[in-house]
Amino acid sequence: MQRRLTGSADDPRIRSRYRTESRFKAYTITALFVAFAIILAFFADIITQGYSAFWRSEIQVTLDYNERAERVGQFALQEELREVVSRGAVRSIPLEIRNNPELAGSTREVWVPVYSRVDQYLKGNEELDPELAPIVDRLAEEDRIRNVFNWAFFTSGDSKLPEMAGIFSAAVGSILVLFVTLMFAFPIGVMSAIYLEEFAPDNKLTQLIEVNINNLAAVPSIIFGLLGLAVFINTFGVPRSSALVGGLTLGLMTLPIIIISTRAALRSVPDPIRLGAFAMGCSRWQVVRDHVLPLSLPGILTGTIIGLAQAMGETAPLIIVGMIAYIPDAPTSIFDSATVLPAQVFTWASEPRKAFVEKTGAGIMVLLAILLTLNAAAVFLRRRFERRW
Amino acid sequence: METKRENVTAAETQTMAENNDATTPERANAPEVKMRARDLNLWYGETQALHDISLDMYAREVTALIGPSGCGKSTFLRCLNRMNDLIAQVQIRGEVTLDNEDIYDPSVDVVQLRTFVGMVFQKPNPFPKSIYENIAYAPRLHGTGTSRSALDDLVESSLKRAGLWNEVADRLHTPGTELSGGQQQRLCIARAIAVNPEVILMDEPASALDPLATATVEELIHELKDNYTIVIVTHNLQQAARVAGYTAFFHMGQIAEFNDTDTLFTNPREQRTEDYITGRFG
Amino acid sequence: MDKKGFSQHISRQYNEDLEQIITRVMTMGGLVEQQLEAALEALVSGDQEKGEQVVTSDYRINAMEVELDEACTNVLARRQPAASDLRLVVAVIKAITDLERIGDEAERVGRMSLHLLEEDRRRSPMSEIAALGEQVKGMVRGALDAFARMDAEQAVRVAQEDIKADAQYDAIIRNLVKYLEGNPQSVPPVLDIVWATRSLERIGDRSRNICEYVIYFVRGKDVRHTSFEQMAEEATGDRR
Repeated sequence: MQRRLTGSADDPRIRSRYRTESRFKAYTITALFVAFAIILAFFADIITQGYSAFWRSEIQVTLDYNERAERVGQFALQEELREVVSRGAVRSIPLEIRNNPELAGSTREVWVPVYSRVDQYLKGNEELDPELAPIVDRLAEEDRIRNVFNWAFFTSGDSKLPEMAGIFSAAVGSILVLFVTLMFAFPIGVMSAIYLEEFAPDNKLTQLIEVNINNLAAVPSIIFGLLGLAVFINTFGVPRSSALVGGLTLGLMTLPIIIISTRAALRSVPDPIRLGAFAMGCSRWQVVRDHVLPLSLPGILTGTIIGLAQAMGETAPLIIVGMIAYIPDAPTSIFDSATVLPAQVFTWASEPRKAFVEKTGAGIMVLLAILLTLNAAAVFLRRRFERRW
Repeated sequence: METKRENVTAAETQTMAENNDATTPERANAPEVKMRARDLNLWYGETQALHDISLDMYAREVTALIGPSGCGKSTFLRCLNRMNDLIAQVQIRGEVTLDNEDIYDPSVDVVQLRTFVGMVFQKPNPFPKSIYENIAYAPRLHGTGTSRSALDDLVESSLKRAGLWNEVADRLHTPGTELSGGQQQRLCIARAIAVNPEVILMDEPASALDPLATATVEELIHELKDNYTIVIVTHNLQQAARVAGYTAFFHMGQIAEFNDTDTLFTNPREQRTEDYITGRFG
Repeated sequence: MDKKGFSQHISRQYNEDLEQIITRVMTMGGLVEQQLEAALEALVSGDQEKGEQVVTSDYRINAMEVELDEACTNVLARRQPAASDLRLVVAVIKAITDLERIGDEAERVGRMSLHLLEEDRRRSPMSEIAALGEQVKGMVRGALDAFARMDAEQAVRVAQEDIKADAQYDAIIRNLVKYLEGNPQSVPPVLDIVWATRSLERIGDRSRNICEYVIYFVRGKDVRHTSFEQMAEEATGDRR
C-alpha cells in the first residue's frame, strides 16, 4: 500500500488531531480574553468613577475686602454666593488682609473654586438644595462658572473640604516612605543575598536560613505592622505615624523579596564566568564585584523595583503604625507624621460624602499610574542593561 | 620506522622504582621538571576519584592526559591550580609541587598561585566585556599593568601571541562574546597568557570547536610550548598524538601508563593503554 | 585468526577492514607460493609449460600489491590506527613489497628456466639447486605462517633458516665458478643458472625480511639490521 503524504485532511486521525489543536487554542485564547475583560472592567469602573475629580468648577466672584471680611472671610462675598463658593477659598482672606493691609477696602475679581456639593451638582452626581440650584443655574448662564483642570488635586494635601482635598501630602509621604524602605532594605537585602549565594557554605544552617527567608516572604503584611509597632515604636521610640517607621516596617516586608530576587539574579550568572575569573587569579570578592554583580545587576534592580512597587501599594501594616491619620500638610522630614497614597485612598473611600467618591477613584488612578510607571521602569532597566553585553 | 635510543624511553611509568629521583630518565639531557605530583589522592565526599597519582610534567613541554570518561584526568588537572578548592566536599592528600614548592602548603596564596598556573576551559568563557577588557582585566587587577599604554602593549602582545591580533585589532572594544567559537577560545588563551603564567592548563580546549578552529588552536599550542609548560586534557587521541610530547593514560583514577607520545602510541607498555588507544574499549 | 591481534574493536567495520587486509595478504602469499613452486619445477625438471605460466601470471601478484597498498592507505586515513593496529598496517605495507619482489624473483627463475636446454640441465648442479629451492620455499611458507599466526618465535626460527640458504647459495656458486673455469664456452647457460640461483637466494632474504616485520608487529621491536641473537632476544623477551 503506497504511502500518501498529500491529502492528509482525509485521514480521520489527522482531522481529529487538528480539531484537538484548535480546541486547545480556543481555550487558551478564551482564558486570555476573560482575564483581559476583567481587567478592562476594573479599569473602566475606576476611570469612570474618578476622572471627574480632575476637573472642578470655579466661579467668578468679586471679593470685597471689607471690614467684616477681615474677621470672617466669607463676608467678602455677596450673600447669595456664600453658600456657593468653597469655604476653603475664602478661609485665608483675614490672614491675607492682615499681611497685606493695602488690600483693605479694595475689591478683586477672582475665580474661586465652588462648594463641593455645587461642584457635584454641576457634574450631575448630586441634587442641590432647592435654594441654591437656581442661583447656580443663573450663574452658569451668565458664564461665571467654568470648568478647569483641577491642579489643586495634585498640589494640596488632604482636607475636610472635598473640593480642596488633594494627594500632595500623601504623595510626599509615599516618596519619603519609599526612600526609607529603599535605604533600609536594598543594601541589607543585596548584601545578605551575596553572602548566602557566593560565600556561605552549603550546610544545614544555610538551608534553614533559606527556608526561613522564603517563609518570611509569605507572611501576611499586617504582621509586619504589628512588628513595627512593637519594635520600632515601642522599643526604639521611633515617632509614630512617621515616614521613618513606615519605611522601616515596609523595609522589613520587602527585605525577603529583595533577598530572594537578588539570589535568583546571582544564580542566573553562569558558572563558567566565575570559574574563568577564579582561574585568572581573582579572590572571591573580586569575582563577585567585577563579574557576578555587573551581570546580575539588571535582575537585582528589577527585583528591587518590583518589591518597592509592592511596598508602595501596602496599606495594612502602615495602618498599624499609624499612618492612617488625617494629614493635611505634607511632611517635611521623615520624622513628621505622614500618610501614604493607598492610606489616603482608604480614608477617602471611608468618607460618606459623595464628593469623595470621585477623589477615591482619582487617587486610585494616580496610584495605579505610579505603579505602572515603576514596573515599566523595571522592565526598561532590565532590557537596557541586558542589551549592553 | 627507526628505534629511538634503543629501549630507553624518556620517562618512567609509575610502576617503576619510587625513590626521590625515580622519574629522571637515564639520558644525559634529562628534561627539567616543572610540576610534579606525588602520591596524590582525592576524594569527592566518600568516593575516591584519584588514587596515588604520581606524574612529572616537564618544563616547556606539552603533556597530554588521556583516558575514558570519568577516569579522573580533569579532576587531576584542577588539582594543579587548586580549582578543586572551590568544591565543598573535596579532600586532597598528597603532594603537588611547582618548581619544587608544594602548592598545597598552607602559606600559599591560592589567588597568587593561579597567576602562575593559568587555565583554559572546554567551553570558551570570555568575560562579558570588551576584547580589550577581557585581556586587560587581570593584569590591571594584579597590578602588573597600570598605565594605559602598558596595558595597550600587553593586550596587543597577548593577542599576537594567541594568533588573534590580526582578526580583532580593529574592534578591540566590541564584546568578546561576539566572536566565533574558535576566536573566543583563542581570546581565552590570550587572556590566560596576559598574566604571564609559567604553566597553562587546558581542559579539552578544542572539543567545542570545529576542525578548522581546532587546528588553529593546536598550532597555537605548538607555538606556546616554547615559552610555557602546557598540560592538556583531551578526549581526542589524535589531538594528543599531534600536540603532546608526553602522554599520560588515566584509567579509573590511576595513571596506567606515562611515556613520550611516540612510544605510547606505537608501542605502549600496558595492555589497558593498548586497548584504549586502539579503540577496543573507550 | 582470532588472537589478540585485531578483534574486539568497538567498531565492527574496523575489525572487518583489518581482517580483510590480513586475508588478502595470505591470498597474495598463496599466489607467490604457487609461482615459486611452478618456477622451481620449470627450472629443475624443464617443464616449459610451467615456465611460461609463471611468466604470464606475475601480473596478478603486482595487482594485489597495488590493491593492498590502497587498502592500507585507506585504513591509515580513516582510522588513524595506533599501537598494534598501526604496526600491523605498517608491517603489511612492507611485507607486500617483499612478497611482490619474491614474485618477481620467481618470475625470473621461470624466465631463466625457459632459456635452459636439456643438456644444460644435465650439466648443472640441479639437485643442489632443487635443495636450495625447497629451502627457500619452506622459508616463504614459514614466514607467511608466522604472519598468519602472529608467532614471533616462529618468525625468528624461519629468519635463521636464511643462514642455511646463504650457505647453500655460496656452495652452488663456488661449484659453478669451478665448472666455468674448466668450460669457459658455457658462460651463457651458466649465467642463466647463476641468475636463477641468485633469485632463489634473494627469495630467502626477502622471507627473512617478512619475519622481521612479523616481530615488529607482534613485539613492537624493530629488529632489522640486528644480529640473530638480538633478534631472538627481542622476539622471546618482554612479555607484556
